[in-house]
Formats: sequence, C-alpha cells, structure tokens
Amino acid sequence: MRRPFYSDPADHIESTDPVRVSRYRGITRLNHWVTAFSLIVLALSGLAFFSPSLYFLTGLFGGGQIARWLHPIVGVVLFFSFLLLFLQMWRLNLPKPEDTTWLANIDGVVTGNEEKLPELGKYNAGQKFIFWAMSVLIVVLIVSGIMMWEQYFGGIVSIPTRRVATLIHSIAAVAIILVFILHVFAAFWVRGTLRAMTRGDVTGGWAWRHHRKWLREVAGRSGSGPAE
Amino acid sequence: MAPTFGRGAMSNAWTDIKSTDLVIVMGGNAAEAHPCGFKWVTEAKASRGAKLIVVDPRYTRTASVSDYYAPIRPGSDIAFLMGVIRWCIANDKVQWEYVTNFTNAALLVKEGFGWSDGLFTGYDEEKRDYDKADWDYQIGEDGFARVDMTLQDPRCVWNLLKTHVDVYTPEFVENVCGTPKDRFLQICEMIGECSAPDKVMTSMYALGWTQHSKGAQNIRGMAMLQLILGNIGMRGGGMNALRGHSNIQGLTDLGLMSNLIPGYLSIPTEKEPDWQTYMSSREFKPLRPGQTSYWQNYSKFMVSFMKAMWGDAATEENDWAYHYLPKLDVPTYDILRMFELMKQGQVNLYFCQGFNPLMAFPNRAKLTEALSKLKLLVVMDPLETETAHFWENHGAYNDVDPAAIQTEVLELPSTCFAEDEGALVNSGRWLQWHWPGPTPPGEAKHDTWIMANLFQKVRKLYQEEGGVFPDPILNLTWDYQDPLDPSSAELAREMNGRALRDVADPANEGATLVAAGKQVKNFTQLQDDGSTMCACWIFSGCWNEDGNNMARRDNSDPDDVGMFLNWSFAWPLNRRILYNRASADLQGRPWDPDRKLIEWTGEKWEGYDVPDIGVTSKPGEVMPFIMNQEGTSRLFTRGMMRDGPFPTHMEPFEAPIANVLNPKMRGNPVSRVFVDDAEQFATSEEFPLVATSYRLTEHFHYWTKHNKVNASLQPEFFVEISEELAAERGITRGGRVRVWGKRGEVWAKAVVTKRIKPMQCDGKTVHVVGIPLHWGFKGAAKKGWGPNTLTPFVGDANVETPEFKAFLVNIEPAAEEPVA
Amino acid sequence: MSVAPQPTTSASNPPVQPLESNLLPSDVVRASATPDLPQPDRQLTRVAKLIDVSKCIGCKACQSACVEWNDTNPAIGENTGVYENPHDLTPDMFTLMRFSEWENPATNELEWLIRKDGCMHCEDPGCLKACPAPGAIVQYSNGIVDFIHENCIGCGYCVTGCPFDIPRISKVDHKSYKCTLCSDRVAVGQGPACAKACPTKAIVFGTKDDMLAHANERVEDLKSRGYDNAGIYDPEGVGGTHVFYVLHHADKPGIYSDLPENPRISPIVEGWKGVTKTAGMAAMGVAAAGAVLMGLFTRNKVDPEEEEAAERLVQDREEG
Ligand SMILES: Nc1nc2c(c(=O)[nH]1)N[C@H]1C(S)=C(S)[C@@H](COP(=O)(O)OP(=O)(O)OC[C@H]3O[C@@H](n4cnc5c(=O)[nH]c(N)nc54)[C@H](O)[C@@H]3O)O[C@H]1N2
Ligand SMILES: Nc1nc2c(c(=O)[nH]1)N[C@H]1C(S)=C(S)[C@@H](COP(=O)(O)OP(=O)(O)OC[C@H]3O[C@@H](n4cnc5c(=O)[nH]c(N)nc54)[C@H](O)[C@@H]3O)O[C@H]1N2
Ligand code: HEM
Ligand code: HEM
Ligand code: SF4
Ligand code: SF4
Ligand code: SF4
Ligand code: SF4
Ligand code: SF4
Ligand SMILES: [Mo]
Repeated sequence: MRRPFYSDPADHIESTDPVRVSRYRGITRLNHWVTAFSLIVLALSGLAFFSPSLYFLTGLFGGGQIARWLHPIVGVVLFFSFLLLFLQMWRLNLPKPEDTTWLANIDGVVTGNEEKLPELGKYNAGQKFIFWAMSVLIVVLIVSGIMMWEQYFGGIVSIPTRRVATLIHSIAAVAIILVFILHVFAAFWVRGTLRAMTRGDVTGGWAWRHHRKWLREVAGRSGSGPAE
Repeated sequence: MAPTFGRGAMSNAWTDIKSTDLVIVMGGNAAEAHPCGFKWVTEAKASRGAKLIVVDPRYTRTASVSDYYAPIRPGSDIAFLMGVIRWCIANDKVQWEYVTNFTNAALLVKEGFGWSDGLFTGYDEEKRDYDKADWDYQIGEDGFARVDMTLQDPRCVWNLLKTHVDVYTPEFVENVCGTPKDRFLQICEMIGECSAPDKVMTSMYALGWTQHSKGAQNIRGMAMLQLILGNIGMRGGGMNALRGHSNIQGLTDLGLMSNLIPGYLSIPTEKEPDWQTYMSSREFKPLRPGQTSYWQNYSKFMVSFMKAMWGDAATEENDWAYHYLPKLDVPTYDILRMFELMKQGQVNLYFCQGFNPLMAFPNRAKLTEALSKLKLLVVMDPLETETAHFWENHGAYNDVDPAAIQTEVLELPSTCFAEDEGALVNSGRWLQWHWPGPTPPGEAKHDTWIMANLFQKVRKLYQEEGGVFPDPILNLTWDYQDPLDPSSAELAREMNGRALRDVADPANEGATLVAAGKQVKNFTQLQDDGSTMCACWIFSGCWNEDGNNMARRDNSDPDDVGMFLNWSFAWPLNRRILYNRASADLQGRPWDPDRKLIEWTGEKWEGYDVPDIGVTSKPGEVMPFIMNQEGTSRLFTRGMMRDGPFPTHMEPFEAPIANVLNPKMRGNPVSRVFVDDAEQFATSEEFPLVATSYRLTEHFHYWTKHNKVNASLQPEFFVEISEELAAERGITRGGRVRVWGKRGEVWAKAVVTKRIKPMQCDGKTVHVVGIPLHWGFKGAAKKGWGPNTLTPFVGDANVETPEFKAFLVNIEPAAEEPVA
Repeated sequence: MSVAPQPTTSASNPPVQPLESNLLPSDVVRASATPDLPQPDRQLTRVAKLIDVSKCIGCKACQSACVEWNDTNPAIGENTGVYENPHDLTPDMFTLMRFSEWENPATNELEWLIRKDGCMHCEDPGCLKACPAPGAIVQYSNGIVDFIHENCIGCGYCVTGCPFDIPRISKVDHKSYKCTLCSDRVAVGQGPACAKACPTKAIVFGTKDDMLAHANERVEDLKSRGYDNAGIYDPEGVGGTHVFYVLHHADKPGIYSDLPENPRISPIVEGWKGVTKTAGMAAMGVAAAGAVLMGLFTRNKVDPEEEEAAERLVQDREEG
C-alpha cells in the first residue's frame, strides 16, 4: 500500500450515509484529555502563583502548599502524556506546501470565504502551529520548571540560573496559555470539531469542508478495503 | 607567680583589662578559650585605642582581631621573653624607680650562684635535681638580705639578670623561636613603650605557657618583664592567668591538690613529723627591715583550719591534732604519679569525680593500661564519660578487649554546676554565687549529697569496726543541719570562719573583737589560740555577719575604673587588684594620675580598691609585695623553683632541634620522668613534625560533644596544618589523615590553612600540626580522638602540668575510615 | 498587660511580666503578594543590628544563641577542612559564621576575616518582592522583614528574589526560613538573641540612627589603626539594610566570603515580577475575551451541501 500522506492509518470511514469519518482512536482521545486536563490544572495552579489577584485559585487545590506541590508533578504528567500525543501526530503536522496558501488566505477562514482555500490534509496550518507551539513550549516549561522545582532540585541549580528559569517559565506559561486559548477557541468556533475529540469521529461534511485531502485519502483507502 | 609576687593568682580582674594600653596574648588564646572575658580586651581597644599583640604558633581567633601577630615555635617562649627583657634593658625601657624599689633587683646574691651551658650551679644529673643552697641572698649581720640600691654591685640581682639574658639576642630568638626578627623587634618596640609610668601592658596567658615541662618558667619570664616595665599592681596591667574550668581557681584556692590545704597552706611531709618542725620552716621572718611578710600569720590560718576540721578534738595540747594530718612521702601525688602507680598495680580503687582522665591526660595507651589494673573505678559524673567506659570496644576509637579487663566500674550520676547552688571563683578571684537553674534529671544527686552519704557510711564502718586510725574520721566536724546533705550556705559559712569563743580585741583592752558563735569579719580576725575556726582563710569575708557577700550584684563602678567593689566578693578581703600599692610611687602618689588606684593621704591608703597593704603602712617604708619576706617582688626567686631562679631556655622533651645552649640537655633537666615514659620519647629523626594541642570555642573539653548544638557547630575531629606541609605530603583540605607518634596514632580530617606557616629554626624547617582536643567515643558529635593518644607522659618540673603543648608526630594522607 | 517598649539595645534584661506585643499586624508596611495593603497609622522607630566584623572573634555564640532561641535542630554534619559548620545556612541555621583567610597584598599580613552571614533585612526586600503567597513575607515599619510561616507555600521564589542568598526552604515542612531579627523578642522589648550572646559586642542592636553613629565611630577607630578603607556596608542598592556591617576593607566586600559588591534585586527578578506580569495578564485577558466574543458572534459551520459532497465522494470511491 502507498504510505498515507494526509491521514493516520487508523483513520477510516465509519459509515457512508451519513458519512462519519473516524479521526481519533479511543486511546488517543484519552491521551488528549489527560493532556488537556493536566494543562488546565497547570494553568490554574500556575496562574495562582503568577499574580496575587489569582492567588485565590490555590483554593481549588486545597491551599497554596498543595498547589505548589501539585503543579510540577502535573507538569511531569503533562510532559509525558503530551509526548505520547506528539509521537502519534508529529508526521501529520509536518508543514506542507498547501499550508502556505492556507495561511495566505487566513482571512478567508475567519470570514467564512473559503473559496480560495486549498484542499487540506488532516491538519490545517493553524492546528499545526498549535501543535508545534505546544511542543516547543512544553519542552521549555518542563526544563525551566524543573530548574525552579524547589522541593527536589532546589540545591542543584544556581540562583542566577533559577532566576532566568523562572522568568522563562512564566513567559512560556503565558505563551502556552495563549496557544491553549486559541486551540480551545478553534475547537468550539469550528463547529463539528469537538466531537473529534469526544466521540472520535467527524461528519463527512466537516471533513469535506476542512480537510478534503484527508477525506479523499481515507475514503480512497476504504474503497480498496483493508482486506486488500 | 607565687615565687615572683607572693600569690599564685591572676593579679588583676577581668573588668580591669578595659583600662589597659596594650594587651599581649601569648601562651593562650583568650578569644577562643575565654570569649566572655575577652570582651574587656575589645572594650579596651574600642574605647581607649589599646593595641593587641598575639604571639602563638598559630594565627588564632584572638589573632584575627589583633593589631600585631607573630608566630612562635611551640615550647620556645622563654627565649622570646628573655629576648624582650634583654632588648628592654639594652634600650633603657625600664621603669627604674619601680625596679629599684619594688623588686629585688638591688638584693645581693651569694657568690656561689651562677649559670653556664644552659644549667645553673648545683646540677646533679643522677638525681635530676639541683642543689639550691647557693641560690639565695647574701645575708648581712643584721639578719637581713644585703642590698645595693645603686645597682652597681656585680652580685646584685639586676646585674645577674643582665648577664643572664645576654645570650638572648634578636638573632638568637629568631633562630630558636622561628619568629622573624623584624616581627620580634616590632613587638619589643610596642612592649617597650609600656615602661613609661603612664603606659601599661597586660599579659593574658594560660596553657600555651603552663603545659610545658618548664611551664612555670614561661610565666616567670613574663612576670619579670612586667616588673621591669612597672606594670604589676597597676590598673590595666598585671599578670592575668586565665583559668580554665569555671571553678578551677576555686579548686586551687581550696587546695584540691595532693600537697595543699585550703588557702595555699601545705600538707606536711614526712620530714615534718611534728607541729614544731612543721611551723619552724613557716615562720617567714621579713628579709628586709620593716616589711610585712604576711605569711608570718601562717599559724593563725593553720590553727583555724585545724579547728574547722576537728573542732574540740584539735587542742593546743595535742598540737591541734597535727597527727591527724597525712605526711607526704613524695612531693606530690599528682595525676601523672597516680596513673604511674596505677599502672604498676599499686592502686586498687580510683574515685573519679568530674574528671575524664582517659581523654584529658597524656598517653592514652598508658592510661587504659593503668585503669585496667584497678579493682574498682567509681565515676561521679552527670555524663557517660569515656573514662567510665574505657573498657568498651569502640573499634579504632577505643580498641580494647573488654574480656581482658576485670575492673569493676560504678557510675554515680551527679548533677552539673548549672543544677547546683554555690560560688564559682573566676580567674579574677571573684567568688560569684550562683543559683540552681534546672532541676536535676533522673537519679542525679549533688556532689555534696553523694560525698556526705559516702562519708556517713564510712564513718559508720569505722565506728563499728574500728580500724588502724579511726580518730580523724570519727572526730571530723560534721555539724550540718542535715548530715546527709550539707547545704552550700553551711559550707560557705564554714569557709568564712567564726569565733568559737569570744575573741579579745588586741587594740582595745577589754573589748571583744568577735563574740563566740559569730562569723569573723575576715581573716584578719583569725587567731592561733584555737578561738577561731576557718576552713579556707583566703575566702574569709565571703559570708560574714553582713551576709552572703558573694551574692552581691551591685554593678556600680565609681569613676568607671573597673573595680565593681560591690559585685560579689573577691579574695583576699574583696581586693580587686593584687599588689595595688605598687600603683603608687615611693611617696604614695599614683605613677599615673589618670590611673589612680589607691594613694597615700598622709595618714592612710585610700582609693578605688581595697589597699593591698596595711592601711597605715607608710609608703617609703613598707614595700608593696606584702606576702614576700623581702617586701619586694622577685626577679630572682632564690630556691623556690626547682628549675632555676631565672628562666633559662629549655627545649621540650620531644623537640625538633637540640637545645642550642647545651645539645646534650633534653627537656627540663629536673622534670620527673618515669622510666617507661623516658623510653617512649620520640626523636625528630623519626618524627619530624611539631604538634601542639588546644581547644576550640565551640566546645568545652569532652562534655559539650554530648550537646547537639555544640556538636553541630564543630562536629568532627580535625587537625590543622599549613598549606606547605599539605602540599609536601599530598594532603588535601578536608581529606582524611593519619597522625602518629611514638605512643599511638589517630585519624582526622585535615584543615589546611594559611594560619599555620612553616618556621625556620636552627637551620631546619619546622612544621606545626595543630590538634584540637574535643572528641572522643561518647556523645552526639562524630567519634574521634583528640591529641592525648599521642602526648608524652611528662610534666612541669614544679607543678607537674603535662607537656601537652609541644611534642613530635608524623602525618600522612589516609584513604579510608579506620576499620571500625 | 502593658505594651512592650521598643527595644533600643540588645543588653536590656528580659521582662519579668508578660508584655503585650509592640509589633502589631497594623505595623506591617509591606506584605508579599498584597498590593493594596493599607498604610499603617504609626511609624515605629527604625531598628538595626550592626555587625562589626572587626570585633568579631568567630566564637559562634551568636550561632548557638540563634539555635537555642529559635529552637531549631541543626544536623550534626562533618568537617570539610574549614571552620564553618554547618557549611551553609540551613532552615535550622539562620545565621552562620563564614571564615576567610586573606593575605592583604598591601601589608603582606594575613587576615582572618570572619563574617556573620544571615538576613540583611533589606529596606527593599527582594524576597518579599518575589514571594507569590499573600502575607508570607511582611515588613514592619521598624524595618524587620519577617516570614509568616503559615502563609508560606514553599515555592522558593524568595530564594531567587534575595540578593544575598539567604532564605532556605525546609525539607520537612516546606516552608522558608531565615533570620527573623528576633521579631518575637523585639516585640516584647528585647534585642536579638545573637546580639545578646555576643561576648565582644561585635553585634549590637538599636535604632538605625544610633547604630549608624556607632558604626561611624568604629570606622574612625579602624582608620586610626591603618585600615584606610574601613567603612560601613549598608548597601544602597536595596535601599539600605537593617542588618549592616562595619568592614575593615569596605572597598572589597567580596573578600568577606563573597559579600556582594553592589547588591540589588536582580533585574531578571524585577523584569519577571514587573513587565512580565502586567504584559502577560493583559495578553491572556485580551485573548480570552477576544475568543469569547468571537465565539459568541461568529461561527464556522458545515453546510448541508458539504455533507452531500462528502457522501458523493465516499460513494464514488466505494463504487470505483
Ligand atoms: N571554649 C572553650 N573554652 C575553654 C575551655 C574549653 O575546653 N573550651 N577550657 C578551659 C580551660 S580548662 C582552660 S585551662 C583554658 C585554656 O585556655 P588557653 O590556654 O587559652 O587554651 P589552649 O587552646 O589550650 O591553648 C592556647 C594557645 O596556646 C598556643 N600554644 C601552644 N603551644 C604554645 C607555645 O609553646 N607558646 C605559645 N606562646 N603558645 C602556644 C596554642 O596554639 C593555642 O592557641 O580554656 C578554658 N576555656
Ligand atoms: N592534649 C591536651 N590535653 C589536655 C589539655 C590540653 O590543652 N591539651 N588541657 C587540659 C586541661 S587544662 C584540662 S582542665 C583538662 C580537662 O579535662 P577534664 O576536666 O577531664 O574535662 P571535662 O570534659 O571538662 O571533664 C569534666 C567532667 O565533669 C563533669 N561535670 C560537670 N559538672 C559536674 C558536677 O557538678 N559534678 C560532677 N561530679 N561532675 C561534673 C562533666 O560532665 C565532665 O565529664 O584537660 C587537659 N587535657
Ligand atoms: C511542564 C512541566 C512544568 C513544570 C515542571 C512546572 C514547574 C513549575 C514550578 C516548580 C513552578 C513554581 C511553583 C511551584 O513550585 O509549584 C511553576 C510556576 C508556574 N508554572 Fe509551571 N511547570 C510546568 C508547566 C507549566 C505549564 C504548562 C504552565 C502553564 C499552563 C505553567 C505555568 C506556571 C505558572 C504561570 C507559574 C507561575 C510563574 C510565576 O509566578 O511567574 N507551568 N511551574
Ligand atoms: C478544554 C481543552 C481542549 C479542548 C476542548 C480540545 C479540543 C480538541 C479538539 C476538538 C481537537 C480535535 C481537532 C481536530 O481533530 O481537528 C483537538 C486536537 C488536539 N488537541 Fe486539543 N483540546 C483541548 C486541550 C488541549 C491541550 C491542553 C492540548 C495540548 C497541550 C491539546 C492538544 C491537541 C492536539 C495536539 C490535537 C491534535 C490536533 C492538532 O495537532 O492541533 N488540546 N483538541
Ligand atoms: S564559660 Fe561561658 S560564659 Fe564563661 S567565657 Fe566561656 S562561654 Fe563565656
Ligand atoms: S517559599 Fe514561602 S516565603 Fe518564599 S516565596 Fe514562596 S511562599 Fe513566599
Ligand atoms: S536579605 Fe534576602 S531574605 Fe533578607 S530581607 Fe533582604 S532579600 Fe529578604
Ligand atoms: S536576630 Fe535572632 S533570628 Fe536573627 S540571627 Fe540573631 S538570633 Fe537568629
Ligand atoms: S557572637 Fe559575636 S564575636 Fe562571636 S561569632 Fe558571633 S558576632 Fe562574632
Ligand atoms: Mo584547664
């Protein structure tokens, strides 16, 4: 078989009338939600330390001491669970020539003028951006976060380094929260997206509209049949 | 100091140090060992601009706040001090009027006395002793010593001294002491300035001078220098012997030495079988006309002591029960001798109270052997001491075979000073009353309780079973309210003394001086007719009819002179500066009006301190050193010291170089050396490095290692060496080293420091290894050793203080923890 | 109960009756993570502890007094070839004598410089600035900077905030510890325990003005002894400190076991706590609001035709 370019080998047509395309296996969805949950916990606890006006957020975790203890631990969870996601998805998030065209016509996306948009694989440039931004920022956060981690690494890292790490960590945290907002926004704004991560499939129309190349490839593959 | 000035105690008070111009800390490390007293040095520096000189083999914590520091090879202080004296004489830095009148400079010495090749006349190598017959004054027809007040006579003390110090040139000092010549001369200059009547220096010293086989002579050296500068009796001057244990001064005052009776009276020897013989050598007639010679009162103090001991059983008829007193067959039963006897199997029972000899005394292997020969060892201590556990195997830290040791050990838990009531005597002779802090834990009992109970049991045995000579025990006065628990107050009142019957007033016919049963005011009221009792005459006045004077806490100090007369009580007679009469000239006017202490008003002596002279003794007639038969202090001590009337340079028994004055001489030629120990002295060929031992502020001997706070501040045994020696031997900072000597070996961490530098002595490079003493195998701190596995078993010729401060070792890097 | 006086010396004897604290919550002038702190209605006299390094004999009495007073439990460590023990400040050792052996190139004399290390009680405390927990670090109007342990979360930000490397986080209760300037003693009219224990009065305590005057006298004395560069170490960069030094070589603080030359709150910390926070909050706020608004008013929806197109595509494939 020809190696798929625009889809995951597991992606398949679930039903034809109406068309339902399976986008994520259950295990991937679980992985995603663990990641998502971790990041939310991290953002909430981290923001509590970030600004006095948000310190009340420690209440969510049962107080400052627990939040301080929990945050980096969840950070490690996030790192590994994202790592799994990453391993599954990085190929399909590699840039493609059509991404440039898509980006050049990004205004079309926002305004709903989609004529000029190219046909896309499983992910559009926006999603790819989010993916890579998350990847980079999580590495930055885990590295800087460990350097700031008083409980286990307090004596190891020099104070000047810790200062830099803290600064970087907080900037990266802000950045990742911005990326996260964008990601969640997109998930809601583009109707029909959410179910990809909840139920694991999307409608044929959603796939046609947003990721036609992906649909073609998945559909083509189904046509030949897995038994082939 | 007693042979020089008449009394063996710090001459001034701690608080007086604030009035000095120059402090010399040599033979001690005051900031480290006496931090609280050292505050007065800081005070003198801060408020008077005083300067501080430190002379020590190591750059110490005291040196860290000094104005000038010079290194010295351990055990070479006499050469240094004689060198300073020589320089002062050569440069006319002498307080002439003081020297002529207040010292024995003008007295003439017998023709037979002399010195050559490092030895004085009369040396007998066989006996290791001098015949001292010629070490004395020429006595004139009038029965007094002959004098030449012009100091011209070649036989006068001054000229003998000049000749004696002649060899101690700056070059000689540099060669022997390793002190660079320019540093030595700089110190001479600074000291020399204090010969001016209005400039004073104080000397602060302790074990760096005493713990040598010629320790007493080290001190003599400085005492003489201070006399030449006219600094004794002066405010801010003096010889300040810094005492050790909080009550070690009290210990000596109370005569807890094998040859002493409280108040520096002496235990008779076998040569004094009866009272008359005993007293005949203690009449202390003045050697110059009109002098006080206060020891003429010896019989009053002695009889009052005998009355305190045996009350009605001591009568004039039975010579005050003189036959009750033991008679010494040897000069002293000091600790070294006791352990030697123990080792020879001649001691069955050793009662060890508040003392940890296994850690504190030299040659641990010998001590362990000695203790192993005992039948019974009783240890009275609040803590588990190493001595009490000498039979326990602690691996390399105490490598003994418990099965081979048959000694039975009893530990009696006692309280410690902080749980006790009573007075501690500080270096400045202040008897400061203190009250118990915490309640004693567990079964701990006060020492007095333990002793009283033991005594009652022993007395009962004598009552029931008789014995060879029960009388001194049966008749001992024991009139305490609770015979099983004498109170501190009762004991203190006993030391003060009281009238046993009405004492007539000699000055006032018919009047009573003290009524029967009343406390005497002070020792001037004591009698030798049995009408008074007093357990320690020098303390008399501490608890008289005015009450407990030791508990006084009035810190007022008129004119800020540092006297504090209403704070506690100082012996003798609440006097704060001994020989204070010497602070004024022949007319009785203060040498330095700004430093007035007492002065002659025309009728009597008056001033800030209690005069150390009869208050009506005329200034031109009665000289200030009232305890001495001469009335003056002594630059030349006659036959009072076994090793010479002047200090002469002697090497330690274990020295890196030969004695340059006489290469055949080893150590102090008259020190007592036991046969086995002599064989264990090391030579510099085998052991090239000089070791010295000392204490650290963080710990007090061997007991604060039981305290977690102290243990955390200085947790582990270490030795200090120079960077040069470390490089030579491949030793790294913080690395483990093995230090070994002729008698044993220890392992320690290495503190490699710039504060110890190699020295050049007699053409050799001399390296010093510093060994602090605070570790053992008990307590909270890490297990360790301390120096006494290594130190030699030999003491000072006069007082048997062990030679802890100069001995030979070797050192090498050690890879591993010693096998446990 | 009467209110304890403001202590102006370390020498005063302990009160025999219980006294009411003179350090009230309302005397706090700054508190960590508390921007809108009401300003106190009274100003306490500014106090200071002066450490005269030239008088210090390194006896560690202050160190043990501090342990005793604060009832801490320092570990029994080991010797690493130096006199410092423990080897660093710890949550159980708020103050530490640091020893350095320095050969003065000008005189060729060895000097053993012994400095008592510990919190400097900065006028502008970096620890307080960095701390994220409201009220975990407070500064009283007398200048004392104190850690309020029940509010501390153990994040260690104070460590990065402090220009002097002072706070230490406990591995046991995960709270930050440092010298309190004995605020509990000062509150009842007493000077600090270390100052009281110091035998040479190298540590003295009183009003900042008195201490400065005293320090100036000490500098004079040192100059008269040939220490031309003697001076006071009361660094401007942190607005002055309430624990300050007299140094024989004030021109070279670094020789005193790395006393910082020009201590100030690190610009990185300032940047982190300043612009990063404001800009970050703004960015996140704008983004979140924008997303919500755009989400409310616009959407990207799939048309039914697109569903059909997809169906066609899938069917085509299946047939083809
Ligand atoms: N912290 C603390 N204080 C103590 C004690 C303690 O255990 N701990 N012990 C107390 C007792 S009992 C005593 S007796 C005193 C002792 O007090 P010190 O005599 O002051 O104490 P040491 O440390 O034994 O010795 C003092 C110095 O003598 C130096 N030294 C060694 N050899 C020589 C020499 O030949 N010439 C000269 N000039 N100096 C030499 C050593 O380097 C050392 O610095 O301290 C008392 N105070
Ligand atoms: N190499 C070397 N050796 C030395 C020295 C040196 O400089 N170098 N210094 C020497 C000197 S000066 C001295 S003083 C000795 C010190 O040697 P020690 O006197 O043996 O030493 P400490 O550890 O003070 O022992 C005193 C004991 O008394 C106990 N104690 C405290 N209070 C009481 C009490 O109220 N009652 C009773 N019964 N016991 C109590 C303590 O628990 C402790 O065990 O060491 C000597 N050894
Ligand atoms: C990836 C692993 C991460 C680790 C190991 C980590 C670790 C830490 C640590 C140790 C702190 C200091 C507070 C504490 O001790 O609890 C901290 C603070 C913080 N973290 Fe993280 N973190 C991680 C990820 C994240 C992520 C993903 C975010 C954002 C969503 C985040 C946001 C923050 C914020 C905002 C702060 C406060 C910074 C400040 O006060 O300026 N962290 N982090
Ligand atoms: C409440 C929070 C979140 C929601 C509602 C959400 C929702 C979604 C949805 C609907 C998709 C499917 C999009 C698609 O297949 O086209 C998706 C994909 C993805 N999500 Fe999330 N997500 C959330 C949080 C996160 C977080 C915190 C991360 C990572 C740290 C994350 C990482 C991803 C990744 C990597 C994908 C794959 C698509 C891509 O590469 O963009 N998501 N998410
Ligand atoms: S025994 Fe205590 S009070 Fe006395 S000098 Fe030593 S530390 Fe100070
Ligand atoms: S460790 Fe405690 S005191 Fe330090 S910054 Fe964090 S919360 Fe504040
Ligand atoms: S020294 Fe450090 S811990 Fe102390 S007040 Fe200043 S910044 Fe805070
Ligand atoms: S002021 Fe108090 S807390 Fe600070 S070092 Fe001194 S004793 Fe310790
Ligand atoms: S107590 Fe005083 S002299 Fe001793 S180490 Fe501390 S500051 Fe220095
Ligand atoms: Mo001693």
